[in-house]
Order: sequence, then C-alpha cells, then structure tokens
Amino acid sequence: MHQPLAKRIWDAIAEPFDGWLMAFLGGVFMLSLLVLYSASNQSWYKIDNKLVYTLLSLVVMWVLAKARPQAVMNFAPPLYAVGVLLLIGVELFGVIVNGSQRWLSLGIVRIQPSEIMKIALPMMLAWYFQKYETTLNWRHYIVAALLIAVPGVLVLKQPDLGTAVLIMGAGFFVLFFAGLSWKVIIGGLVAFAASLPVVWNMMHDYQRRRVLTLLDPMQDPLGDGYHIIQSMIAIGSGGPWGKGWLNGSQTHLDYIPERTTDFIFAVYSEEFGLLGNLTLLVLYLCIISRGMLITARAQTLYGRLLAGAITLSFFVYAFVNMGMVAGILPVVGVPLPFMSYGGTATVSLAVALGMLMSIGNRKR
Amino acid sequence: MSRHARLKDPQSEESQFQLRLLIAFGFMVLMLLLLAARFVWLQVLQYDHFSTLAQNNSISLVPVQPNRGLILDRNGIVLAQNHAAYTLELIPDKIADLDATVKALGTLVEITPRDERRFRKFLAESKEFEPVPLKLKLKEDEAARLAANIWRYPGVEVRAWLFRDYPYKELTSHVLGYIGRINQNDQKRMEEDGTLANYRGATHIGKLGLEATYETELHGQNGFEEVETDAGGRAVRSLRRTPPVHGNNLQLALDIRMQEIADKLFGMRRGALVAINPQTGGVLAFVSKPGFDPNLFIDGIDAATWKNLNDDWQKPLVNRALRGLYPPGSTFKPFFAMAGLEAGALNPNELRPAPGYFTLPGSSHQFRDSVPSGHGMVNLAKAIAVSSDTYFYRLAWEMGIDRIHPLVAQFGLGSKTGIDLDSEASGVLPSKEWKAKRFAKARPEVGRWYPADVVSVGIGQGFNAYTPLQMANATAILANDGKVFKPHLVQKIVDARSNKEKLIDPQPLRALAFKPQHFATVKEGMRAVLQPGGTAFRISGGLTYSMAGKTGTAQVVQIKQGAKYNAGALAEQYRDHSWFISFAPVEHPTIAIAVIVENAGFGATSAAPIARAVTDFALTGKVPAELEGQLLTMPATKKPDQGARDASAAR
Repeated sequence: MHQPLAKRIWDAIAEPFDGWLMAFLGGVFMLSLLVLYSASNQSWYKIDNKLVYTLLSLVVMWVLAKARPQAVMNFAPPLYAVGVLLLIGVELFGVIVNGSQRWLSLGIVRIQPSEIMKIALPMMLAWYFQKYETTLNWRHYIVAALLIAVPGVLVLKQPDLGTAVLIMGAGFFVLFFAGLSWKVIIGGLVAFAASLPVVWNMMHDYQRRRVLTLLDPMQDPLGDGYHIIQSMIAIGSGGPWGKGWLNGSQTHLDYIPERTTDFIFAVYSEEFGLLGNLTLLVLYLCIISRGMLITARAQTLYGRLLAGAITLSFFVYAFVNMGMVAGILPVVGVPLPFMSYGGTATVSLAVALGMLMSIGNRKR
Repeated sequence: MSRHARLKDPQSEESQFQLRLLIAFGFMVLMLLLLAARFVWLQVLQYDHFSTLAQNNSISLVPVQPNRGLILDRNGIVLAQNHAAYTLELIPDKIADLDATVKALGTLVEITPRDERRFRKFLAESKEFEPVPLKLKLKEDEAARLAANIWRYPGVEVRAWLFRDYPYKELTSHVLGYIGRINQNDQKRMEEDGTLANYRGATHIGKLGLEATYETELHGQNGFEEVETDAGGRAVRSLRRTPPVHGNNLQLALDIRMQEIADKLFGMRRGALVAINPQTGGVLAFVSKPGFDPNLFIDGIDAATWKNLNDDWQKPLVNRALRGLYPPGSTFKPFFAMAGLEAGALNPNELRPAPGYFTLPGSSHQFRDSVPSGHGMVNLAKAIAVSSDTYFYRLAWEMGIDRIHPLVAQFGLGSKTGIDLDSEASGVLPSKEWKAKRFAKARPEVGRWYPADVVSVGIGQGFNAYTPLQMANATAILANDGKVFKPHLVQKIVDARSNKEKLIDPQPLRALAFKPQHFATVKEGMRAVLQPGGTAFRISGGLTYSMAGKTGTAQVVQIKQGAKYNAGALAEQYRDHSWFISFAPVEHPTIAIAVIVENAGFGATSAAPIARAVTDFALTGKVPAELEGQLLTMPATKKPDQGARDASAAR
C-alpha cells in the first residue's frame, strides 16, 4: 500500500520537472555544496542557508514548470511595467551601496529591480512578438528596441554596466531568435565598435579602471589588478588535478576576494584543477544543450523566444563569470549560475529555468 | 520587403529559426572551448609559474629577533637585562579611523598623554604598514583585557617583546648608555655598512655607552622563520625555523658595588670618579654625577622630559668622566715631576726654596703659592707632599714647554685613552703647536707662545685640560711604573651559545722609558701626601694598607692680582673644583683613582675622602658606615662593626 502512495507523491512532485535538466542541475548543485563548504572555511551556516534557498528555488521552479506558459505569459506586461517603475523608483529613491544606486528599500526588504528585469524583459519581448506574430514588421523591431532601451538605460544610470549589458543581452537574444535582420545585427556591431570611444568618455572612473585592469592586471598588481591576479594565481596553481578539496592555499589564506559568491569559481578551480573545470564546463554545456533542445521543440513563438533567451542568458552568466575569474573578461558582478552563494540570484535563475521547463513540458 | 514576406512564411520562418538556433549553439560551444583553452593555458602551460606565485604569496620569511646580550658587572650582578612584556601596537594602514581606535582602546587600558605623544611621534616616523606601539609594557590584566577584545579592532595587535631594562638606572647611565629605537640615521648607517639585513624586524639598537660600542656583540644574529601567511599578512603557521644566535653577554671589569659607593659619596655634588686597576687597565668604577635614568630613552623619551634633562644646569646628560675637561690643578705635579726628573732638570734631593710667590726675571707679576707664607726649603718629595706651587713654577720656567710636553704626553695626558666608549674627549696638553692651532683664526699675537705661559702649566692650570678618565689612566701608568694598559670597561665577552669567554687582552700597550728610580721618587712624594705634613694627611686615619695620592684644586675663575680666593663669596658654579688622584697599595697597586668634585674647593676636603672610601672598599671590602644599609647593590648588612671608625675618620 505504501509503495504506490509514495510513488504517487514522487510522481506528482517530479512530473513538471525536466528530468535531464534536473540531473545536470543536481550535478552542479553537488559540486557547489563541496566548494561552498571549503570556501566558507567549513562553515555549516552557509550550507544550511544554501539548502534553505535551494529548497525555495525548487518550489518556485516546480510552480512555474507546472504552470502553463500561456498563463504565465500574460503576466509579462504587468511584470515589465512594475520592473520599469521600480527602476525609476531606484533612480529617485534608491539606496546607494558601494557607490552605485541599485537597491530599493521597501521597509524591511531591499530589492534590486534590475534582477526582476533580467527575466521580465525577455518575457515582455516574447509576449510582444507573439502578440504581433502574424503582422510582424520593422516597426515592431523599433518598439522592441525601445522596450530594451528603457530598462537598459535606467540600469546603466545606476550605474551598473554589467547588469545593463546582461539585461540588454537577454533582450537582444529575443530579437535575434525573432529573426532580426543580419544586416541590422552586423550594422549594430559596427556601430557599437565605432561608439566605443564615446562610451569610454561616458564611463565612470572605476569602470575605466576595470577595463584597463582587464587589459593588463599587472599594471596595478596591488590595487585594481589585485583580485584578478590572485584569482588567476588560484586557478593556475590548481594545475591539472587541483590541490584537493579543502586544500586551496589561495582560498584558505584569504587571497581570494568574494570567494563564496562571485569568485567561487577560483576556489573550485584551485581545489579541483583543470579536471574539475572541464567537468563543470561539460555540465553547463549539457544544461545549455538541453535548453536549446527545448527551444527547438517549443510550440509557440513565445515559447521559443523565451526559452532561447533564457538558455543564452544562462550561458552568458556562466561564461562571463568564469571569463572574469579567469582574467579574460572585466570584473562585473555576475554570479556563477547555481555555484555562487546567494539566494536572490538562485531564485531568479530558478524562475527562469522553471519557465524553460514549463515550455519544454508542452512539446509540439 | 522580402524579409517581410519570409517572416510570414511559416516554413522559411521555421528553418530560419532553426538555423539561428544552430548558430547560437555553435557560438556557445565555441565560447566554452575558448574558456577551456584558457584553463589549459593557466593550469597546464603556466602551472609552474602560478604555482610559484601561490607559494611566494603564502610563504614569507619572518625574521626572528635574537635576545640581546646581558651586561654583568665583574661579580656577575646584572646591569642590563631583558624581560618579556606585551605591547599594544597599531598598524596604521589597516585602521580606517585611527583617532577613534585610539580612543576606543583608551577605554580598555589607560593611555596616558605621554603614551599618546610618543605614539604620534612614532607614527610620523614610521611607514604605514609598520606596527606602531601605543602602549608599552602592558600589565597582566591589561594584556588579558586587550586580548579578549582585540578582534573588534582590526589592525590592532598585542605583541610580546623583550624589553631592555637597566635596574641600576642613574648608577650605570654613563657606562652602559642605552638602546633606543632605530631611526632613519641608524638605518642609513646600517645600509652603508651592510648590517641592515641583520636588523630586519629589529626595533632597537645601542645608541650610547657600552650598548653602542659593543652593539655587534650584544645584538647577535637574526634568525628566520618560514611562515605561511594569509592575505592580511598574518602568520597562520610556522613551516621552518632557523633559530637566531643570541647576543653575547658582556662581563665588565666594573664593580657595581664600588660604583654605587662612589656615586652615593658624591651625594648631590657634581663630578666624576674613575677607578682603574693599574695591573690590567680594567675600569673598576666609572662615575659621572649627576646621572640620568637610561630607561627613559629606550622607547623614545618624550619632549618635555628630554627638555628638562637637557636644560638642567647640572648637565646630567654630559658624561663628565669621559668628556668633562678640567684643569688638573696640582694633580698635574707628579707627572710634571716625572718629566723634570727624566729631562735631568731636577735633582730630587736638592733643596730648593719654596716661597710664597714666584716672579719672572724683569717682571713684577706674582705667581702666588696657595700658601702665602711658602714652605721654606723643600726637596721634590716634600714639594709634592705639601704641593708647593712656587717649586713647580720655577721648574716649568726652567724647562720650557718644549721639554715638558713630550714627556708628560707619555702618560696619555692630552690624548684619548682608547677606552671602550665612544666620543671620548682628548683634552689639552699645551704646546706651542697646539696654541698656534687653537688660535689660528685670531690675531697672531694671541696664538704666539709666551715664555710666561709655561709657568701656570707647571701647576696644572693655564691651558691644561683633561678628563677624569685621563687623569685616572695617567695615575695608573705612574702607579704601575710606566706600564701602559688601555683602560677598558668590558673584561670578558661571553659567547651566548658555547659559554666560551673571550678575554679583553690585558697585555700592556707599551712601557714608558722613564728610569725606575724616578717613579720611586715621585711615588714617595705622593705617599708623603697622606703622611703628617702632607696635604691629604687628614684622610689617612686607620689606613691598613699603603696609599699614595695627590690633591688638586682647579681654578674655575681667574683671581685678580692681590685678591684673595674666598669660596664663600663666589657663586657655587665659580668655586674651585676639588681633585684627588691616588693609588694603593703603593708596593703593588691594584687600584688607581681620579676624583673630581665640581666647585667643592680644596682637593683634600671633598675629593680625597671619596677616593679613600672607594679604595677601602676595593682593598678591604669595607663599606662606609654612613652608607651601610642604603646600598641597592648590597641590601644585606654584612659587616656591621669592622672599620666604622675608619670610615668616619676618612670623611
């Protein structure tokens, strides 16, 4: 009697989840627990916290995976509108943390509206293209571009270059899959390259320093280049096989900044070496591949556009984070998906992946 | 428009979408491969490089300080020692708000204005990343309280240090000198002579006195510890240790008890005493009064205290024994007599007139004797015993400076003795050359040597100026019949590791070529000084050994012709200095002494009793009755009865 009941409950829980994705995510999650334990100097406190928000993420993911994409789709315009309003709120009443205004204080909680935008913008665009699927013309691309530009500029003004790029990137991916002309794409790239000097002039000093430091961290090894050099040393000294779990000297002697969050990959890399890095890359590649497959099989235009944008965004987060830690991209505050410690980022990723699963659950 | 059409075509739309999907996927795979390539580069190709960097990062060499050698007196009594104590230190570049932190720490331990002034001074002198001491020598409970709260203040440390301590304070200030914090001058000097490496992590260095002269022996050799450090530079664990070689101990020839007796006998008076063993050159006592507390200087004296010491009219910071230049007065006579005898200018047995004054041929200027009625007819021994001035005026006049100078110079007068202390003064034994050089910038007639100049030189006045050390050294040479030893405070250097002793060589530097009978004659005269009719007869009561000496009175101001010296009428600073030189036992001298008591008048009254009491202690162990039980170095009263009568007689 018990067996069938347990099985029924299990089936009910497992039913909306995508098996493959869950397997790959489970792999990443196991690794992340190991690294977090080491990076937090074997503190159970952070592990406990992580388990709690992971559970919360699973619930959120389950709900969204269970929901019909079409039902969730209808929330896109209000969510986008709220997101933009909150961004304007940040502009007007935001709290300044570390020199930039990203947070909005709502009594007891402080929220970061740019985080909402990361998912709200691609949803909005996908909804928009779906709505005008049959009558799509160049005017719609102009509107879409505006839909991207509004939150993009607002976040840029905070100033948070990294997040702005990520948000606009997510929007661009939707346009890309919606069939934005190659001429426009290439023209845009050329225009972007041409505008670099202008952008340089508009950049804040700290942003310029980051760019300069990226080009040559050794220019200022004890100042701006310090973190990147230390994290490169951590990765490099990990060697092919790593120094072993809990044995990273760079990690445990405090040389790695933000080692449980943005720079957790350096810790992982030092202790698990090239072998560990390739393992993680493969896991991420599997997740991305699965996302691509779901995108390819998506039933509706909304589904494809959103699934494609989510998958590409997921890739971009992973790539930008690892690239930053490995010293080939500038230091921008992007967490490594499902590895970095932090509830907000994990839950919002769970939202995105829940939607991805929901789309995947309605194959053609 | 063609695009417009294509978008509306589901078929082409579908295939275009799939194509873009493929392109996106390909792009992502490419990017991940790029990352993988970066990892291979970092972790395989550059592995050695980064591995080395990681090790250099986390392993640093920390110098381990050697313990500074101790300084002991001849009987092993510790004069300079180290004791461990905790220090509260702040690292400026790790503290955001220094003032607030200092204030907050003030609630945990008492921080006096003096501590804070000193802290500010150090702060201005040190680099941002160097720990700066805020409070030294924390008490047990203070250290405990800080240790419990230290985590709240990043950049604040409680560290254990060895502190130098001079337990006898003023008593040893002019002998030991002191160590002090290494300043920029020290650093520059060490950089030049290549010793800087041995001082990495060191905070103090010998600044003055024996602490400075024997710095290399006392400091030892730095050790090193390989430690793993975290990004904040804190040592996490020790990997390997090369122990330091601790500094060598110094054992002095000096007897701290004798030093204290001499010091106490000066009372509040200023002056100096040097006692030397003529057989070895070992310095038995080396007193300069007043002294100062050398402990004040170790961790930086604060401006107010320094100003007080420096502006004190008694000049406690001046090492009188080493650098004080005084005319020797009549204590010059024995050496001058030696010169007269050796030059053949004097027949020791010839009776010569010693009237109340001496005049040069064709001049009415009277060189007066200290006894207006004179001494009648005297031979050399008597002339010394009664300290006839006119006898020696005449001798000086007859010999002339050119004959006097080279012979007296052999006793080391007017040149450095070479004692193991820095910045010794060389003094002045006048000569024509010296005068010309001294007044080279003045009008030529000022620098010319006049025949009359020599007259006052004969009784130790005029241009004569010697340190008490030189006088003691000259006395030792005379006492030892011309054998010259280099005076030295340190007798042995004791190796910290092997306990092997390195002796300071007591071989004589040279022997004077004076005839032995001349020594005998002069010593007989000096012996007569303590016999009936001698100027220091009054201190000879109860002598159990033979003692020879010579009194002296050095003029501080010139007395006008016809005027009478009246001590009471002169302000203290202008009164004569009181001198006494002596040695004992006469047959085989083991102690030679020179004492000067500033502005104390006639030598026999002030200086001689001190020399007697110190000699008593050296030869019989007797402690002056009035000091019984008052001496730090001899807390227990050992011999209550013996010699009490003698001591009071001696005073």
